Amino acid sequence: MTEIPLKAKDFKSDQEVRWCPGCGDYAILAAVQSFLPELGRTPDDIVFVSGIGCSSRFPYYLSTYGLHSIHGRAPAIATGLSVTRPDLDVWVVTGDGDALSIGGNHLIHALRRNVDMTILLFNNRIYGLTKGQYSPTSEPGKITKSTPAGSVDRPFNPVSLALGAEATFVARTIDSDRGHLIDVLRAAAEHEGTALVEIYQNCNIFNDGAFDLVKNPQSRDEALIRLVAGEPITFGDRRVVRDADGHLQVADAGEPVVHDPTDLELAFALSRLSGSELDHTPIGIFRQVSEPTYDAGVQQQVDDSATEADLRALLTGPDPWAVS
Amino acid sequence: MVENKTVRLDRVIVRFAGDSGDGMQLTGDRFTWESAANGNDLSTLPDFPAEIRAPQGTLPGVSAFQIHFAAHDIFTPGDSPDVLVAMNPAALMASLPLLKPGAEIIVNTDEFTKRNLTKIGLTASPLDDGTLANFSVHPVGLTSLTVEALAGFDLGKKDAERAKNMFALGLLSWLYHRDLAATENFLGEKFARKPEILKANIAALHAGYNYGDTTEDFVVRYEVAPAPMPTGTYRNISGNLALSYGLITAARQAGIPLFLGSYPITPASDILHELSRHKNFNVTTFQAEDEIAGIGAALGAAYGGALGVTTTSGPGLALKSETIGLAVALEVPLLVVDVQRGGPSTGLPTKTEQADLLQALYGRNGESPVAVIAPKSPADCFDAAIEAARIAITYRTPVLLLSDGYLANGQEPWRIPDLDTVPAIDPAFADGPNGEDGEFLPFLRDPHTLARPWAIPGTPGLAHRIGGIEKADRTGNISYDPDNHDTMVRLRQAKIDGIDVPDLEVDDPTGDAELLVIGWGSTFGPITAGVRRVRKEGKKVAQAHLRHLSPMPRNTGEVLRSYRKVLVPEMNLGQLALLLRGRYLVDAVGFNQVRGLPFNAPQMQDVINEMLEEVR
Repeated sequence: MTEIPLKAKDFKSDQEVRWCPGCGDYAILAAVQSFLPELGRTPDDIVFVSGIGCSSRFPYYLSTYGLHSIHGRAPAIATGLSVTRPDLDVWVVTGDGDALSIGGNHLIHALRRNVDMTILLFNNRIYGLTKGQYSPTSEPGKITKSTPAGSVDRPFNPVSLALGAEATFVARTIDSDRGHLIDVLRAAAEHEGTALVEIYQNCNIFNDGAFDLVKNPQSRDEALIRLVAGEPITFGDRRVVRDADGHLQVADAGEPVVHDPTDLELAFALSRLSGSELDHTPIGIFRQVSEPTYDAGVQQQVDDSATEADLRALLTGPDPWAVS
Repeated sequence: MVENKTVRLDRVIVRFAGDSGDGMQLTGDRFTWESAANGNDLSTLPDFPAEIRAPQGTLPGVSAFQIHFAAHDIFTPGDSPDVLVAMNPAALMASLPLLKPGAEIIVNTDEFTKRNLTKIGLTASPLDDGTLANFSVHPVGLTSLTVEALAGFDLGKKDAERAKNMFALGLLSWLYHRDLAATENFLGEKFARKPEILKANIAALHAGYNYGDTTEDFVVRYEVAPAPMPTGTYRNISGNLALSYGLITAARQAGIPLFLGSYPITPASDILHELSRHKNFNVTTFQAEDEIAGIGAALGAAYGGALGVTTTSGPGLALKSETIGLAVALEVPLLVVDVQRGGPSTGLPTKTEQADLLQALYGRNGESPVAVIAPKSPADCFDAAIEAARIAITYRTPVLLLSDGYLANGQEPWRIPDLDTVPAIDPAFADGPNGEDGEFLPFLRDPHTLARPWAIPGTPGLAHRIGGIEKADRTGNISYDPDNHDTMVRLRQAKIDGIDVPDLEVDDPTGDAELLVIGWGSTFGPITAGVRRVRKEGKKVAQAHLRHLSPMPRNTGEVLRSYRKVLVPEMNLGQLALLLRGRYLVDAVGFNQVRGLPFNAPQMQDVINEMLEEVR
């Protein structure tokens, strides 16, 4: 019997999607659904774990196993699942508030451990579900309901943060660029260890147009830098070069730097090319290296514990005595 | 050599007290093993500061270990010690108020320097100024005698001095006719990689023993006969160890892996340490980044089909509240072990208390019922852990297991169970659709237990989506419907209320006592000892002990209402009493103490007698 390959519709659940019309989450959902058949696994072997926020409703709309948990804790929950069930394909869906504010601790520790899971971080730079407060990725001065005089917070750069935790796979993509999004998802899914994918996602209700600079045809060529492994880093008429001190900078001429996703320093320098103003925004895979996973290390210790599991002997201990 | 006469005693309480760095816990521990090997019933109380090395020679730095051993069954680590081993002035002065009049004091005279006396505010030495007039004092130069005994070893003075606890142990072993072989074996393992230290410790141990034999200071040796106990193989066990073994056994009886997600916290960390050594039993331990991740990972593992466990103490339980609530909503099996300590906040990390009862029962948002179980003795932690796992798995619910610092570190003899008598636990994973139309309904309940299916990822055809948002009955889909929420809240409560727990047993030998003493958790020992003393006075008193705090046994109200007076001793300000009064409309009276220490038998005797006066 030949197995019929699964299609995107096989990964859709029967639940009505309840995001606001026009939300960037729809595009990401469609891209993920159309990509999942490529994994070659049935929905029964895939688990999506999420936290709280608009993005975290994602699991309800897939036909896989899904666990909609509590605010910020999805990476911790997924860690326990991944470690005990290496047979499953574990995904985490989170947002900028969920992953970087309330759940920041779990995110960095999952990344440093290199637990085998793929984390999709939808970054819309705003709190959507609580109706429009600034988030830890909102730009300085942001005027929101909770910051009528402008935010005085300094934002996180999620890619820099992940690289700082020495994540073994770090990428950035954009909700509206379906082809790029799917290419990044494919590489992230193939990666063994924690893969972090930051997805710029438009919240058309509370932060509409946040990423217009890198989306609009008029401006994107000047702002968007597409990273491709082994290729010179160029965009529009410009390029990324090293100055005399070896620092990266954007220039009109000079020898362009060739992208190497195994070079952590280069990846970090690329992540610093642009702050929240987005004027020079690299997308693509910043870092991709093969390191031992946490799951494998844990499993190795279980395999190495050659001592016979003799429960009776364990309970008896070294110094028993008999009463007759 | 002196011919010592041997006196037979029924029971003895020994207290070892010294500086935090003097090895008193180890010494007490070894003396405990010797007493166990001698066949005595015993109970221990380690009493140490939270600081690893508090300032040397000061009162806050005193670390003590008390052991009560007897020729009959006993229930407490004892009230007033008969023997004190004091390694320095601070240890002597801190322990003095506890001692029986006439108690024997073995005191390390070498440490009674002017400097050490000044540290505790003394100008004259209590050895000379009449302070110890009412005691039988044995002045021994423990430090100098140890250093002399080790003169031939290639050791610095510091290392030689460090062996003085073994000298003291040797002396005590002589005094109570103990065999040194087991301790020698123990030292052999402990110092396997340090042969010189090993030889020195064994030499110090023997030097102490021989000192007893040759000195004329001790004219009497003692013997405490073995206690009659049911036939079987025994060992010594602490609560944390018994609990660890209970978890391993429960997972094995269920045929599923054990996963512990935990963050280090006193006094629960030893469970993490212990389980991390037993990976060969299909045990995975995960030292998480924080308390929340510890329980989060345990929940994730449980969702995937493991016995998910998290261990903590009060402050950690507070941090885990939201995830426990999620487990209540998801209805997955999850074991939360709270080894209680003094609170609030950081409180008394190394001291015992049982003030987390209401937190365990109610410390979450919304109507969030869980099962709650409390072991009553160190050895009982084994059975309580298995019982907790049985309920968690059978009813797909979080279960809170309330141990405490006294149970965790206290030791007692344990009759090793026959594993064939431990019942299997059926995880009963869902393996196919359960709906009438061939669909899978993740919240379709078992009509008897009200438990929902445990459908773990990877099971073909059962993929489903669930979360912390209110779910529709049967389908588990998101539902904001008012009637459905009301139904679900009541169903979750009914499931917990319906858990099969044994009836409350009452010990009322004459059947006509008018006073019932009821407790929960680690107060079982002192309450039982107090009740026994009162009965010896010829008075009538009934006793009951609650192991299941949620749900409580079905006959609880009936039992309470059949006595004129109900006394509830607790190491809190009346949490169980509040529940009993509120739930059963009985005039339960609390006796409460939060001193970081367990009750003792005379105290229980007094309070029971006072209540009996009122009944009259």
